[in-house]
Amino acid sequence: MSERSPRDIMSAWWHTTRLIAKRDLLVEWRSRIALNQVFPFAGIVMVMFGFAIDDTRLMERIAPGLIMLATMFSLLILVQRSFAVESEDGALDALRTAGVSSSALFWGKSIAMAAQLAALEALLIVLAILLYGSTIRPSGVVLLIATWLAASWGLATVGTLYGGLAAGARGRETLLPLLLLPVVAPVLIGATRAVEAALGARGSVADGWPWMGLVAVFAAVFCAGGTLAFGPLIDE
Amino acid sequence: MVHIATGRSTQSTTGTHATRILGIVTLVGVAWLILFGLFLSPADKNQGESVRILYLHAPSAWLAYLAFVVTAAASALYLFRKTHSLAWDRLAGASAEIGVLFMGVTLVVGMLWGRLTWGVFWRWDARLTTTAFLFVTYVGYLAVRRLGGTPEQRARRSGVLALLAVLEIPLVHFSVKLWRGLHQDASVLRPDGEVKLDGLMLFTLFSGIITFTLMYAWLVIHRTRTLTAEDMLDDVGLELALAERRRESIPRTNEENGALLS
Amino acid sequence: MGTDAGPAEDRPSSPVVALDDAVAVLGRFPALAGVTLRVDRGDIVWLRGPNGAGKTTLLRLCAGLVPLTRGSGIVLGCDLRTERDQLRPLVGVLGHANGLYLDLTVAENVGFWGATVGASSDEIASVLDRLGLSLRLASLPVRRLSAGQQRRTAIACLIARRAALWLLDEPHSGLDAAGRDDIDAILRQAAASGATVMVASHEFDRAAPLATKTFDVIGGVIQAAGTRS
Repeated sequence: MSERSPRDIMSAWWHTTRLIAKRDLLVEWRSRIALNQVFPFAGIVMVMFGFAIDDTRLMERIAPGLIMLATMFSLLILVQRSFAVESEDGALDALRTAGVSSSALFWGKSIAMAAQLAALEALLIVLAILLYGSTIRPSGVVLLIATWLAASWGLATVGTLYGGLAAGARGRETLLPLLLLPVVAPVLIGATRAVEAALGARGSVADGWPWMGLVAVFAAVFCAGGTLAFGPLIDE
Repeated sequence: MVHIATGRSTQSTTGTHATRILGIVTLVGVAWLILFGLFLSPADKNQGESVRILYLHAPSAWLAYLAFVVTAAASALYLFRKTHSLAWDRLAGASAEIGVLFMGVTLVVGMLWGRLTWGVFWRWDARLTTTAFLFVTYVGYLAVRRLGGTPEQRARRSGVLALLAVLEIPLVHFSVKLWRGLHQDASVLRPDGEVKLDGLMLFTLFSGIITFTLMYAWLVIHRTRTLTAEDMLDDVGLELALAERRRESIPRTNEENGALLS
Repeated sequence: MGTDAGPAEDRPSSPVVALDDAVAVLGRFPALAGVTLRVDRGDIVWLRGPNGAGKTTLLRLCAGLVPLTRGSGIVLGCDLRTERDQLRPLVGVLGHANGLYLDLTVAENVGFWGATVGASSDEIASVLDRLGLSLRLASLPVRRLSAGQQRRTAIACLIARRAALWLLDEPHSGLDAAGRDDIDAILRQAAASGATVMVASHEFDRAAPLATKTFDVIGGVIQAAGTRS
């Protein structure tokens, strides 16, 4: 590999990133584990909230919080699944050996994870409408979509990063909740307030935008941090 | 027996002349703090005697944040300097342990103070909530340090984690502050906000901070030396394991011959 | 097919693998207790020894997957202390597990690894062909294949990645006689085209005629070396 222009390096990097993302999504499509196991789990959690809270007006008010909580719990499972795929047949070793830059690996896995999270959150919003009687304000649609995208990306990058740390050795997987949940608190706080505004549960739509901004800042910070930190963390 | 810090032969302790002096000064500081905190400084107009908890709560919080900063700085020094000296990693680990301890103290004392003055153990205010998050984050950090492997692996993993925490904690703090900003009832439920510190009270608080800083230094030095000793023990353990391992490769036939002949 | 072995490999005299008193620790256990080893380009090296001797760790050390605790090592011109990142893309490892994605098809697995080095679809097709993996087998998910077929798929991935150093742990296990012959032929061909091969194996009948150099690994050190011209 002699003289390569920055453009070549950039396009090779993107090529690898897309390759990893496609592969992760392809594995998921074939095995359908997220679809058949994680999504139903999230659905059950939403129903369980109903049993525990048992107050329709209250539930409509706190629906956004419940959506985000269900998302957080599902995130833990999705992250573990994402890395279980790698170590299933010793592929993690193979991946470390390949000419895959750790940043491309990080971005590829994050993109695949974000896609799955986005689908999950969409499902949860629909369930909230069905189960909790939530409604989407027309003026809040843009805010909802923006929050949806920012939260998916933020959670995906953080999940991939800490998932990399927790993967690989026995006795590490149990660390994931302890490490991950405190970190995603800003997303829980911000996304919940933003969705509350978008769904009309609390506050006006204008109130919601700063919260979406918080989630976006979080996503940007961990996107950058993760790109740098992922390599050292997955290395043995 | 080789002394950790000085290399001289002595009995098994992590103390040196310097730390003994430091320890004595710290004890004097603690006595001073007790004297001023419990007796000489005045009670508060609003809170009465219970304001005296401030002299324990605030320095503990200060110490906890100081420890966190030291952990982050030491981790950065380990990771980014070419020498990758493990001494920085041990400092980071020792500081984190002490930080977790004093964060726990801060939280418990804060809860007691709240209960005493306002009848509630927990207020969802920005500072206390962020401290709770810092606490959990560093418990996670300590758990990661215990994952095993060589000291270098431990150092790199936890070093990266500490730097990620530097990113994460301000975000959490900012989020919580924004969040609590929504709720205007905070002013009633803020014991430390209500206290006007003047003259002697300010002086007592200041001495508390100085004393706790000295205490931190003393604790961190000793703990770092203990961790150094643990790593040295590991090294010795490795030597023994290597010797044991190499013995596996001695051809059995020689031993068997020897046994037959004797 | 020609392989570019890496930066410092211009002169044929510099060894592909040069370890000096290398110590590698797994957790607390010193799997390698001071290994000294030289391997030249085009060698087929046979590592033999009892279970637990450290053969697998030695292979992973040469792959840059395991850090060096003591001693020194240079593999394909990369220093094992500081340049493990640069070493890894040049090396192919086939361990006890195959490193495959079980839900993807053979073609997708080989295609993925080939794509990481920019291999064309023609190259990938020819690799699949050489290993008897085209036609019906290529579109089956790996999960549905027999052990031997999975092993061949894994080797196809190795070839597709154009590795300069092949590190194989018990490559013959689980294969029938024909499969084993195939592997031997492939390894000989890889060595002939400039790659270097290191094999850890218990199969005396297979490995002995194949190997140009033999090393006994016992108790984490190299006991004896044999060379066959």
